[in-house]
Amino acid sequence: MIRVVLPAHLRILAKIESGRSEVALDVAAPVTQRSVLDALEVRYPMLCGTLRDHATGQRRPFVRFFACEQDLSHGSPDAPLPDAVASGAEPFLVVGAIAGG
Amino acid sequence: MSKVRVLVGTRKGAFVLTSDGKREEWDIAGPHFAGWEIYHIKGSSADPDRLYASQSSGWFGQLIQRSNDGGKTWEPVGNKFVYDGVPGTHQWYDGTPHPWEFKRVWHVEPSLTDPDTVYAGVEDAAIFRSTDGGQTWGELSGLRGHATGSRWQPGAGGMGLHTILLDPTDPTRIYIAISAAGAFRTTDGGVTWKPINRGLVSQHIPEPAAEVGHCVHRIALHATRPDVLFMQKHWDVMRSDDAGDSWREVSGNLPTDFGFVIDVHAHEPETVYVVPIKSDSEHFPIDGQLRVYRSRTGGNEWEPLTRGLPQRDCYVNVLRDAMAVDSLDSCGVYFGTTGGQVYASADAGDNWAPIVRDLPAVLSVEVQTLS
Repeated sequence: MIRVVLPAHLRILAKIESGRSEVALDVAAPVTQRSVLDALEVRYPMLCGTLRDHATGQRRPFVRFFACEQDLSHGSPDAPLPDAVASGAEPFLVVGAIAGG
Repeated sequence: MSKVRVLVGTRKGAFVLTSDGKREEWDIAGPHFAGWEIYHIKGSSADPDRLYASQSSGWFGQLIQRSNDGGKTWEPVGNKFVYDGVPGTHQWYDGTPHPWEFKRVWHVEPSLTDPDTVYAGVEDAAIFRSTDGGQTWGELSGLRGHATGSRWQPGAGGMGLHTILLDPTDPTRIYIAISAAGAFRTTDGGVTWKPINRGLVSQHIPEPAAEVGHCVHRIALHATRPDVLFMQKHWDVMRSDDAGDSWREVSGNLPTDFGFVIDVHAHEPETVYVVPIKSDSEHFPIDGQLRVYRSRTGGNEWEPLTRGLPQRDCYVNVLRDAMAVDSLDSCGVYFGTTGGQVYASADAGDNWAPIVRDLPAVLSVEVQTLS
């Protein structure tokens, strides 16, 4: 199972029970950003459009993806994620960027 | 016993304020969608328990929420606003072509007869319609495809379609307004649109009397007289008696004719309300005195309404969607401020009192009169 950690606002939107910081998804190989996000949106359709723009399919500018202490935000959506994510040892982190001022 | 329900959208969530017909004691519920911008919430007149809300954030984009129980519980519905066909370009601030890009929903307008039909006014300017309760949205692209579309330019706050007025006597006639393209009308249910800006004069644009390019801030009408429109433009308060074919200025004795909101009394079609704002660079009331102005003559002659409103050191703004009226016998008038106050008057504006004082900046106020 792939573990995905979502920011608080999206956990509330998806009605993920309070106190659960991550969700587990069944994702067929190869495990990539795209396949994980596709599976996430199938399970939680209310998240469609919140991470990737509906029209372009691009990651929203203030949404970032991390795993295994790496910023994967600018990687290809079709590049394989680290083995530790694919095996479920490490989570795939969706992060709302610190933005403001 | 009648009740009123005031729907308040703010920079950081939605609030539902309810009271009985006396409008003295209020119950405050919220924040719903805490932390999100709620540009607008509005209820269906066909089913008052059906509400639609526009929820957005700079991080996670646009959502539409729907309630079937008057705002107690909500469910996200469709948020796929994709322009019809190849979007093309409009003018950017510097006059160069710029691709149309969806940013957010500024205004939701439920059908007057069908709770599952709702319109959405969006930035970059376009109008969408859903006929399945908000699950799916389709653009009425004849508006954006108008021959002038490539010349439309955003106002300082973006190129938002902020006003949608449905004619209660003719379901095929809709008025809309865009900052800063102007006002448009359809008489065929949204297939084709016509600019209705004749008579508007805007000194800050290259052709002051141009067909499009006017920064219309808000339009209002009275349900019994849908050919008569009142407009708060960037500068100037305007009136049309021919469904927008021509406009004349009715700013009259207002201390400044800049402002955002405008609304009409529920039972008196010639009674109109505005909140004058000092200028386009000083978005606050003149001399720190928050004053609603009322005309009982359809414009030109205006009286200040001050009782219960702060008359010193008040430097808030009242945004374009932040005024509404109820339809109780003694018409209630409501408005919200960027300082987080929501003021109510249960006597058509003679006396005011705050319902709440310390909400996040108020973006929109709508009222439902419930039996």
